[in-house]
Amino acid sequence: MRAGTDVSTARAGTGPNTPWIPVCRLADLAPERGAAALVAGEQVALVRTVDDDVHAVDQRDPFSGAHVMSRGIVGSRGAALTLTSPMHKQVFDLRTGECLEAMGREPQALRVWPVRVTCGVVEVRRP
Amino acid sequence: MVAHRLVEALRDRDTGGRWRVTVLAEEPRAPYDRVALTSYFSGRDPESLALGDRALWEHPLVELVRGAPVVAVDRAARTVTGRDGRTWEYDALVLATGSAPFVPPIDGIDRPGVFVYRTVDDVAALRGWVEQLKDQGRQVRGAVIGGGLLGLEAAGALQALDVRTTVLQMGTHLMSAQVDLGGGALLRRLIQARGVAVRVNAVTAQVRPGRAGRGERVGRLDLADGGRLDVDVVVVAAGIAPRDELARAAGLETGPRGGVVVDSSCRTADPRVWAVGEVACLDGACIGLVAPGYAMAEVVADRLLGGSAVFPGADTATKLKLSGVDVASFGDAAPAAPGALEVVYSDPVRGAYAKLVLSDDARTLLGGVLVGDASAYATLRPLVGTQLAGDPAAYVLPGLPEGARPGGDLPDDAAVCSCNNVTAGRVRAAVTQEGCTDVAAVKACTRAGTTCGSCLPLVKKLVGTELAKVGVAVSSALCEHFAMSRRQLFDVVRVSGLRTFSEIVARHGTGRGCDICKPVVASVLATLHHEHVLDGENAALQDTNDHVMANLQKDGSYSVVPRMPGGEVTPEGLIAVGEVARDFGLYTKITGGQRIDLFGARLEQLPDIWRRLVDAGFESGHAYGKAVRTVKSCVGSTWCRFGVQDAVGLAVELELRYRGLRSPHKLKLGVSGCARECAEARAKDVGVIATEKGWNVYVGGNGGFTPRHARLLAEDLDTATLIRTIDRFLMYYVRTADRLQRTAPWIDEVDGGLDGVRAVVLDDRLGIAAELDAAMAEHVSAYRDEWRATLEDPDKLRRFASFVNAPTTPDPSLAYVLERGQRRPARPDERAGARPELALVAGARLEVRS
Repeated sequence: MRAGTDVSTARAGTGPNTPWIPVCRLADLAPERGAAALVAGEQVALVRTVDDDVHAVDQRDPFSGAHVMSRGIVGSRGAALTLTSPMHKQVFDLRTGECLEAMGREPQALRVWPVRVTCGVVEVRRP
Repeated sequence: MVAHRLVEALRDRDTGGRWRVTVLAEEPRAPYDRVALTSYFSGRDPESLALGDRALWEHPLVELVRGAPVVAVDRAARTVTGRDGRTWEYDALVLATGSAPFVPPIDGIDRPGVFVYRTVDDVAALRGWVEQLKDQGRQVRGAVIGGGLLGLEAAGALQALDVRTTVLQMGTHLMSAQVDLGGGALLRRLIQARGVAVRVNAVTAQVRPGRAGRGERVGRLDLADGGRLDVDVVVVAAGIAPRDELARAAGLETGPRGGVVVDSSCRTADPRVWAVGEVACLDGACIGLVAPGYAMAEVVADRLLGGSAVFPGADTATKLKLSGVDVASFGDAAPAAPGALEVVYSDPVRGAYAKLVLSDDARTLLGGVLVGDASAYATLRPLVGTQLAGDPAAYVLPGLPEGARPGGDLPDDAAVCSCNNVTAGRVRAAVTQEGCTDVAAVKACTRAGTTCGSCLPLVKKLVGTELAKVGVAVSSALCEHFAMSRRQLFDVVRVSGLRTFSEIVARHGTGRGCDICKPVVASVLATLHHEHVLDGENAALQDTNDHVMANLQKDGSYSVVPRMPGGEVTPEGLIAVGEVARDFGLYTKITGGQRIDLFGARLEQLPDIWRRLVDAGFESGHAYGKAVRTVKSCVGSTWCRFGVQDAVGLAVELELRYRGLRSPHKLKLGVSGCARECAEARAKDVGVIATEKGWNVYVGGNGGFTPRHARLLAEDLDTATLIRTIDRFLMYYVRTADRLQRTAPWIDEVDGGLDGVRAVVLDDRLGIAAELDAAMAEHVSAYRDEWRATLEDPDKLRRFASFVNAPTTPDPSLAYVLERGQRRPARPDERAGARPELALVAGARLEVRS
């Protein structure tokens, strides 16, 4: 399959100044759709928007416990950029992780990972 | 609960601040919702059982003293004394002490492991006991003594804790206070089908310890008939006894079977002392239901403020929500009135029993019992005491659409919500006079539907009708991005010729779209242009099922269903499917649509699995799509000695014709080779039944949440006419139905209903038949197998990487255990290793060539 940077064994520290970890090329991500990445043993959902911003949140859906967030539909609610869980359709704000529609459950947030694109390479940092 | 309602009502109405209220609560917590106690087992914490607005307890004229059981009432001094010696003075005293569980005097009933089921603490103790036994890795066995409402709830709760449960009912049938013998027998079968054993005429004689060395804890029950039952836990739910000990000691009169005697204003012989709820004995009886208790609380609140309200009599309607089994009774279900008539409908196959009790002229509804299907409850309960319009049987026969049932126009004084005593008139007034514009507002305003919720469908209907009358348009907007319905959107896309979501939302909508409008647009584009679901921009619009062409399961893995047209499969095909399942370690199950579902496939395995299936001659079954799924068939005249037409042949032809057709909801078809209807075609969106002369075609059969039987569209068609008729019906539906609207409600909404559909499809009343025919012909000729096309396109295959930076690494969170020889997802307790006897099967264990 295509080339990727296997970082699944890279060590990552904790705290606010943890190192940036390269994950993939921006070109590896399809616009308006998520992709899962394995970062230092943790699963992250990366979302590239149509204007080439990249967002990163936990891959684990806090409501179902399944690691599926990257397979949800990207969209908007008012001004918020959203990602909807494919499991039971809870809606999250991609920028803040806040749960905007809990489908009758107690709202639970998604953890947001810092992310940047450097020279066409997507890098994330442990939150 | 009743005390809480009394304080609420008093504070609502006592605007002048005449009364200061002190609530002395025995339990260490604020009043909570006992009706929902069982939900505590499904993981809700006790806090979520709290009743009403907490601010009530902050009110300056309300004091709640928790954990303060009262031990004495001195009526002369007008004081009450708490267990800690504190005293409170009163001008008025309301006894709302409720009931205690009645524990029959059985030898050994006080052993450890025997519980009652009344308070949060009871439930917590029961759960703790069971979990401690489960931690020892054993299958826990339990018994519930008592087969009434509470006993069945307790049985459901035990079952939710994975306890193998037996209900012991002393009487002849379950829920004997509400349900008659016939209903009780069906109820027993339904409960047993859910895995709870039931013994009737079972009198417990002795509660004995288990094997030596297990101490005094309960180990078995000996029954009076000589039978015995090994158990680790027992719940006693044999009834309740009113907590009238305070009143008794204070010299107040009590009823023949306990309870504080009150008059219709809920006042005792002492004008300063009142009693409400389960402890109140009115006309010689206490009532163990919450709705009459609430009514009593309202009466006392009114009286304390100088009013003259009287208790209107008890509405003892009950609806049991033991997961999956519906039981309801209302009014006078065991007919006492002389000459009362019964209409009984019993369908053991469908698992439904209904009995209506009518006055001697068969017109006035006195009461009834519903078992297995209580969908008519919300309609019927408010009609007790009124004359039924039309044939009584029409109210309980299955298959009638909700709207077609009589009784849509309830009189204003009919009770809609009996928990909170809200009438139809009150609901209407909330819309017409108080400006409520949706059900949520009406609930907040009237409290209708806020306790048990069983009346909500009726409330919704009433609100909808009233809104329509006052001219408030109920919005048909798809979502915030499109201010139009799916049907309008379909026409817009068809006429404009736009082919991408970004163009469509830019021209006809706002924003970036969402999980509602994106899949709708994808479906519309698929119908109009027959493009591959993963072509270009289409891919990003799809729900995950369509995006990876498989069905998402609870743990994030997928299931795979190859098409088997008409349910026909060769031995070689069956072997090929079996080999794929074996090689990839997939859980295998036969579906209701006569094909095979393979579960537990990981995202990155899907292309490998499908390469094998396509090589073996299979194609996508579209089980993942809002699309045509299957055409189920019986074996027809090919083999069957009763068949009159070739059902399998027609089913295969239809399935190959309509495969891949995207639609507003899933579509299923069925073909039966004779009137015996073994293919259950009338449960399908399109059902075809062979006749001597040709085919009858039925439409609008739906399973699911609102099951419906299909209705006859046309008779004795030859095969060519039949196919043309189905072509038009399906294409008309696909073009005009709303999002997620199945065929039955769609037909109801077509102008003229089924006749309207017939006029379009058979008589071309709208002049669109040629267009519909052409659209279907285009679909048939443009069909390509989505999976084969995907395997041929490296770009599409890229979407099946598990991780963008580790494309073939399995999701490390997946874990499986073996059950009955196959894999299934591990439950949280199994992941934690709480059940050592079940070995975890690693998700990645079954790797194959890629």
